[in-house]
Amino acid sequence: MIEALQFDFIQHALLAGILVSFAAGIIGSLIVVNRMVFLAGGIAHTSYGGIGLALFLGLPIFFGASLFAVGAALLIAALTLKKRHRIDTFIGLIWAVGMAVGVIFVDLTPGYHVDLMSYLFGSILAVSTQDLYFMAGLLAVILTIVTLKYRDILAVSYDSEYAALRGVNVPLFYTLILILSALTVVISIKVVGLILVIAMLTIPVYIAEKLSHSLFTMMFLSGAIATLFTLIGLWFSYTYNLTSGASIIIISAISLGLFLILYKK
Amino acid sequence: MPIIEIKNLSFSYEKEPVLEDINLTVEERDFLAIIGPNGGGKSTLLKLILGINTLKQGTIRVLGTKPKESLRNIGYVPQNTNVNTDFPIKVIEVVMMGHVDGKRPLFGYGKDEIACAMGALAQVGMADFAQTKIGSLSGGQRQRVMIARALCAHPQILILDEPTSSIDITGQREIYELLKVLNADMTIIVVSHDISVILEYANKVAHINKTLSYHDISDRQSTFHTHGSDGHFCEIELLEMLGAEHCDTCAKENQHWRVEP
Repeated sequence: MIEALQFDFIQHALLAGILVSFAAGIIGSLIVVNRMVFLAGGIAHTSYGGIGLALFLGLPIFFGASLFAVGAALLIAALTLKKRHRIDTFIGLIWAVGMAVGVIFVDLTPGYHVDLMSYLFGSILAVSTQDLYFMAGLLAVILTIVTLKYRDILAVSYDSEYAALRGVNVPLFYTLILILSALTVVISIKVVGLILVIAMLTIPVYIAEKLSHSLFTMMFLSGAIATLFTLIGLWFSYTYNLTSGASIIIISAISLGLFLILYKK
Repeated sequence: MPIIEIKNLSFSYEKEPVLEDINLTVEERDFLAIIGPNGGGKSTLLKLILGINTLKQGTIRVLGTKPKESLRNIGYVPQNTNVNTDFPIKVIEVVMMGHVDGKRPLFGYGKDEIACAMGALAQVGMADFAQTKIGSLSGGQRQRVMIARALCAHPQILILDEPTSSIDITGQREIYELLKVLNADMTIIVVSHDISVILEYANKVAHINKTLSYHDISDRQSTFHTHGSDGHFCEIELLEMLGAEHCDTCAKENQHWRVEP
C-alpha cells in the first residue's frame, strides 16, 4: 500500500477523495436537514444529460455536467417555491429525461464510446490535476458560504417561514443550497459516480446527525466521517482490486450498520 | 393609536372567499383570543397581519404602518412547533433566530445577541436549557422556547397560533400563566381551540368563521367566574355569553341600517 503512494494517480485519487468527501459531508448535511435527498438524486441523474452533451460536443465533462445539474437545481428551486405539493412528480420527470438525453447524445457521438459505467460508478483513479483544481475551488466556495452565511442557512433550514418573517431571503438561500448540491454532485461523479453519490451525501450525515448538537458540528463531522469512509474504501478497493466507488459505499453502509447496533439512545 | 386596526378586509386564496368584511381594532395591552372552527379563516387572518399573505381588499394597520413594515414589533409563535425535532440545533440557537436583521458580526453571534437571547430564555423559565438540543425537550418546553424566540426582538405585540394544541393540560395552564405575565408589557393575540381555558385569560374574543363577531368580555369574566369548580366557563355559559353579545351587535347593526337613508 505504501509503495502505491508514489504514483501520481494514487496521490490524485486520495486528494480527490478527501476534497469530495468533505464537500459531500457539508452539503449532505444541508440536503438531509432540508429533506432534499430525493431532489439531490434528481439533480445527480439529470447531470448525466450534461455528460452526454459534453461528449457529443467535445467539451470538458465537468462543464457539461455542471450545466445540466445547475439547470436542474434552478428548475427544481423554481418549481418548489411555486408548487410544493407537485414537486415529486417533477423530480421524477427530470430524473428520467436527463438520463434519456444523456443516452441519446452518447448514441449520436461518432467513434469510440467512452466507458459510461465510469460516470455512473466513479473513476477515481482517473482524476486529472484540472479536476483537483475544480474540486478544491468548489470546496473553498462551500466553506466560505457556510461560515459567513451560517445563520441565514440555519434559519432557512430549521424554520423557513419564521426566517422569512425575520427578513431572511428564503428563496435565495434555498436556491443557493440546491446549486451547491448540484455542483457537489458533479465533483462526486469522479469519486463514486452519479448513481452512488446519494449514499455519500447521506450515510456519513446520518451518523453525524446523531452525534451533533448543532448544524455546524454536524457539517464538519460529516465531512470527517465521509473522508474516513472514502480512505478506507480506497484501501479496500486497492487491496482486493474492486471498483472504488462501490467499495466506498459498501464500507460506508457497513459502518452505518455497526453504528446503529452500537449506538443506543 | 390602536395597536392593530383592520378595516373592511376581505380575502380569498382562489375564488371562494375565506374572510369577508372583517373589522377589528386591537388596543394596547389587550389579550385577544381568536376562536372559530377549522377552516374558518383564523390562520389566514394571522398571516395577513404578519404580511405573509398579501392583502387584496381592505386595510390593515399595525402600529400605524403596513404589516410588513412593522414586522420587527411583532413576536410570532407559529402553530406547529413539533416539526423538525431531529434537527441538530441548540435551544439558544433557536432563540437567536428571533433577532431582527441588524448589526451582526461577520462570524457567529454577537455578545449582546447572546445576552439578549439568554434574557428571553430566563423570561420563559428555560435559561437552564440553553445548551440542550431542541429535540430532547417536551412539547411544553419547546413551546416556551418558541415564545422566547418571539420575545428576542422585544416586540410590542405577541401573536400565537394554537400555542397549546399539542401540550398536556398542566403545560397549557403554564403557558397561559406565562402569557398573562407577559401581557403586562405587551399586547397578546392568541388563536386557539381551547375556548374554555383561553377565556379565563383573554379580555376580548373574536369569533371568526368567514365573518368576524367581536366580544369584549373583560367585564363578564367576574360574572361567570363563580361558576364551576375549576374556574372554567362551561360550554353553555360560553354560548350564552357569546350568543347574547352577538345579538346585541346584530340589534345595533339593524338600528344602524334604519338610520341610514
